[in-house]
Amino acid sequence: MTGAQIADRAARQAVIPKATGADRAFAGFFRLLMYGAIGVSLLALLTLLYDVARDGVPSLSWDFLTSFPSRIIPESSGIQSALYGTLFLMVVCATIVVPLGIATAIYLEEYADRTKWWNRLVEVNIQNLAAVPSVVYGILGLAFIVRGPLSLGRTVLAGGITLALLVLPVVIIVAREAIRAVPPSIREGSLALGATQWQTIWKQVLPGSIAGIATGVILALSRAIGETAPLLVIGAAVNPRFNPDGLGSAFTALPIQIFTWTQDPNREFVDLAAATIVVMMVLLLLMNSVAIFLRNRYEQKW
Amino acid sequence: MSRSGDRPLAENVTDQRRQDKDAAAVPATEAAATAPASAPVERDVIFDVDDINVFYGEHKAIRDVTLDFHVNEITALIGPSGCGKSTFIRCLNRMNDLIPSARVDGKIIYHGEDLYASDIDPVQVRKRIGMVFQKPNPFPKSIYDNIAFGPRVMGTKGDMDEIVEQALRRGALWDEVKDRLKTNAFGMSGGQQQRLCIARALATEPDVLLMDEPCSALDPISTGRIEDLMTELKQNYSIVIVTHNMQQAARVSDMTAFFTVELHDEGKSRTGAIVEYGGTDKIFTNPDDKRTEDYVTGKFG
Repeated sequence: MTGAQIADRAARQAVIPKATGADRAFAGFFRLLMYGAIGVSLLALLTLLYDVARDGVPSLSWDFLTSFPSRIIPESSGIQSALYGTLFLMVVCATIVVPLGIATAIYLEEYADRTKWWNRLVEVNIQNLAAVPSVVYGILGLAFIVRGPLSLGRTVLAGGITLALLVLPVVIIVAREAIRAVPPSIREGSLALGATQWQTIWKQVLPGSIAGIATGVILALSRAIGETAPLLVIGAAVNPRFNPDGLGSAFTALPIQIFTWTQDPNREFVDLAAATIVVMMVLLLLMNSVAIFLRNRYEQKW
Repeated sequence: MSRSGDRPLAENVTDQRRQDKDAAAVPATEAAATAPASAPVERDVIFDVDDINVFYGEHKAIRDVTLDFHVNEITALIGPSGCGKSTFIRCLNRMNDLIPSARVDGKIIYHGEDLYASDIDPVQVRKRIGMVFQKPNPFPKSIYDNIAFGPRVMGTKGDMDEIVEQALRRGALWDEVKDRLKTNAFGMSGGQQQRLCIARALATEPDVLLMDEPCSALDPISTGRIEDLMTELKQNYSIVIVTHNMQQAARVSDMTAFFTVELHDEGKSRTGAIVEYGGTDKIFTNPDDKRTEDYVTGKFG
């Protein structure tokens, strides 16, 4: 083929076809659609935040955080007992969920023989439990923990256990992911040096996955903090003018306080609910920031 | 005066000896090349492998492997992909125990004890028999902690700094890393990582080193360094190496075992088996079996 022939052929049939106007328009349209989708969700979030902040921020003050709720006088009402209640619940919940969740994840990832049906059954059940509505956990808590076999009453301990059961599947799933991210070659390397299986888990697998596990635990706790339904079902206290003083104490929590105040016919109490929501949002934001920080700072890259 | 006069004399003597040795070496190699495969009789045996069969579930992965490995020698296992070399080398330190469906039949005698006897703890086996893997697998810790991990899990008493230095020296890595022992091992080059893994295996004072394609992820220069290291290490250790690189087997090993893969049920099932075992020179220059010859000359595989 001579140079002239090649040039001639190129002129008749371009090797790389030029993009048509229709292609560009189509791509542009889709891009707009994506921006639109993000815009809608951001707008919804901002509207919500603005609405809550407008109603709630004026009521925020140190006194609001440190006073007990009142049934009658909105001005002197506060959320001290709710803050303490949430704190107590979270401590109980974390104490139960961290060892139980990590141990279950270790069993399923490191010990369980997946060819055995009972191990597969456990796996499938945990995934299903993660999708069970939280009110069902409330009913379970009421029937088995508050009354029934455990009969703990409407206490901090009962509430904490119920929330722990609620987020346990999430913690297990996240911890398993983190453990699975540790490459098998690390386990082999450790075992080949004469480490036992437990030494391998304790000194290689867990240190390699702890950042992921911690992130998961915090995210699970921040889900537990906002749960209202199960605590309502098991019977949290309404407007208590006392802080919980132990595991056997009655309690309320931030979402319960919000729920109580939004039900109130007095408009000023509804504004207090908005203020409580602001407090809870700040708390959630802080927890999620810690989770993101942990992940970025300590996550092991393999 | 007399002292300084002695020295050249002594050197002359050594030179003379060296030449003698070189001269003697030539016929020795020839003798080895022509000797039958059953020649290794007098050398000390480190592993006496007797009729090993490995199953994954119902599937037989390797069959009827019987051979002896010798002390202070490098034994190479070669053969096409899927012939069970890696499966076999992992029998020697009971790493196959980690695969739930794997079952090993037969005997491997090591220092007079059957590694597969029911009262043998695989963890103890692995403390005595070190292993280096295909891909360098340093722990996400400092260089120091990588080396110290083995001695620590064994509960070794003694000066850990000393142990770490010793191991790194034996792994020919000390000079490169002595100023950055506390830095993360992930920051090393691939070749350095692999030498770290070798040094790490040596830190637990094994007498055997198993190497499963230790150079397949490395460039030629790093490969050369590891081969030099192996030649040095065989003074004190017995080494078994799986390799896909025929030149590597020819360069470093004393004995070579050639494995092949047998197909059953119209290719649905594959079993590895040993074809020929003997001195490396013989396997590469004058093999008994046609299949070995085809493989080492590159006609097959």
